[in-house]
Amino acid sequence: MSRYNEALARYQEKIDSIASQEMVINMGPQHPSTHGVLRLELITDGEIVKEVIPHLGYLHRCFDKHAESMSFGKTIPFTDRLDYLSSMNNSHAFVMGVERMLGLDQSIPKRVEYIRVLVCELNRIASHLIAIGTYGIDIGAFTPFMWCFRDREHIMGMLEWASGSRMLYNYIWIGGLFYDLPVGFEERCREFVDYFKPKLQELDEILTNNQIFIARTANIGILPADVAINYGCSGPMLRGSGIKWDLRRVDGYSVYPELEFDIPVGEGKMGQKGDCWDRYKVRVDEVRESVRIIEQCLDRLMMDFKRMPDFDPRALLPKKVNLKAQDYYVRAENPKGELGFYFVTQERSDIPRRLKARGPSFNNLSVLPALGKDVLIADLIAILGSIDIVLGEVDR
Amino acid sequence: MSEQIAHLRTVLLEQIHTDAVQDIQLAGLQPALYIHPDYLVAVCRFLRDDPAFYVDFLSDIAAVDYFPEPYFEVVYQLASIPHQTQITLKVRCENDRSSTELPELPSVCSIWRTAEWHEREAYDLMGIFFTDHPDLRRILMPDDWEGFPLRKDYEDPATYHDIPVKE
Repeated sequence: MSRYNEALARYQEKIDSIASQEMVINMGPQHPSTHGVLRLELITDGEIVKEVIPHLGYLHRCFDKHAESMSFGKTIPFTDRLDYLSSMNNSHAFVMGVERMLGLDQSIPKRVEYIRVLVCELNRIASHLIAIGTYGIDIGAFTPFMWCFRDREHIMGMLEWASGSRMLYNYIWIGGLFYDLPVGFEERCREFVDYFKPKLQELDEILTNNQIFIARTANIGILPADVAINYGCSGPMLRGSGIKWDLRRVDGYSVYPELEFDIPVGEGKMGQKGDCWDRYKVRVDEVRESVRIIEQCLDRLMMDFKRMPDFDPRALLPKKVNLKAQDYYVRAENPKGELGFYFVTQERSDIPRRLKARGPSFNNLSVLPALGKDVLIADLIAILGSIDIVLGEVDR
Repeated sequence: MSEQIAHLRTVLLEQIHTDAVQDIQLAGLQPALYIHPDYLVAVCRFLRDDPAFYVDFLSDIAAVDYFPEPYFEVVYQLASIPHQTQITLKVRCENDRSSTELPELPSVCSIWRTAEWHEREAYDLMGIFFTDHPDLRRILMPDDWEGFPLRKDYEDPATYHDIPVKE
């Protein structure tokens, strides 16, 4: 077996034989700036990080293995726990894949699709608010963190009203929804949008254009576009480097082709293109775009696809998911990037042979060893925060 | 979609080698090409560098266990950002599941760096060994874990460092 252990021996050799002026520091797994149980092993020379070696797996919950033992419908609550800050987006992607394999995707009622997009975009805002708020606190700004969490709580409350749960919703089901939106949801949502828009202005004033914040993030952790693509970065990471790549537009799934929104990209306004500030700014702009999408969804839901007493969002729910043996890779735009599910199904069975989740955070994090070369330890925190990882999805 | 993949097959047979493509899967939602393991790196390099395909984005590498059949499959999900296309490549590797000989494939890290972590994951959970990988350590499981948990014939150990694994 020695050939298979060569890499481990090489790694141990490297740690054991560092130069005398260098020091190995463990950042994490219990460290507030690693956003979860991520352990970074740093080889440092004074304040300069020579090399970053990430160690994952502290939150590994065997998603793939679990999914091989239960039917598709029962896996939806598990997808909620991948990226637990954007559960709606995860289950939307998963459900879309199963529906396409069943051939159901064209017959989903428009009202259901609009509700799905509405809750997904609400969840996207909530996820980005956490990214923005905790990024502020990584850099040392405490107030934006409180503001973001205050506004996020409104979204959590609304989604709890719709699904019965605060963070892990299990709301989007194969072929439909758990329930229709509660009566009065649309009005409450519009109230929130009106309340939230000026708050974004305030956020810009206190954080985005804050000189201290800019000094800490501009020209730090510059990620060129070709490197980002080569490392499989997606979502705000990739767009921060100036690539206009958004699967909502590229694949045009669900009702996104009917909605108007722009794809913000990094422009290098405060420093070089692809720095931490650009990635942060893309998220702030995406929140604005999500608000636009929500407004359009609400318009459609209140005018064209009104609530009907006989409307049943569970009408198309398959009693048993019966699939042919096939394989399919579905991808969708999660707040963090491209979320993919690769299904390998078995003949006449509702239990997959293999279900692989491709988490955007996992791939975005893999660029950290490249970004974290010869930077200050303090800047490494800024870089890690700008990647916006959720360990639930890195470790799965 | 299926015409594209058939066209790709002809191109690869002409450009790389007459044995490069073993099989073509046209049924289902996602047509795929079965690539011969010996030509995998050449095919991937061609797909990335050729301006007509320009497959610059590797989305995912998934290893699939076809127990009780004596083979594994590794599935590469590729995408091209400028052309907005998707390509699926599959590689089949025969293996008798003995504990001393792991199934082997060439690594594509030299083409897409993102493959580094995906291949580590495939090695960690499914026990696929990628030759020429720069750092093929376990990634999700602890370094001293025995066995490959995602294999269908995997059995949990009774204890791990004297901690009972099963109730």
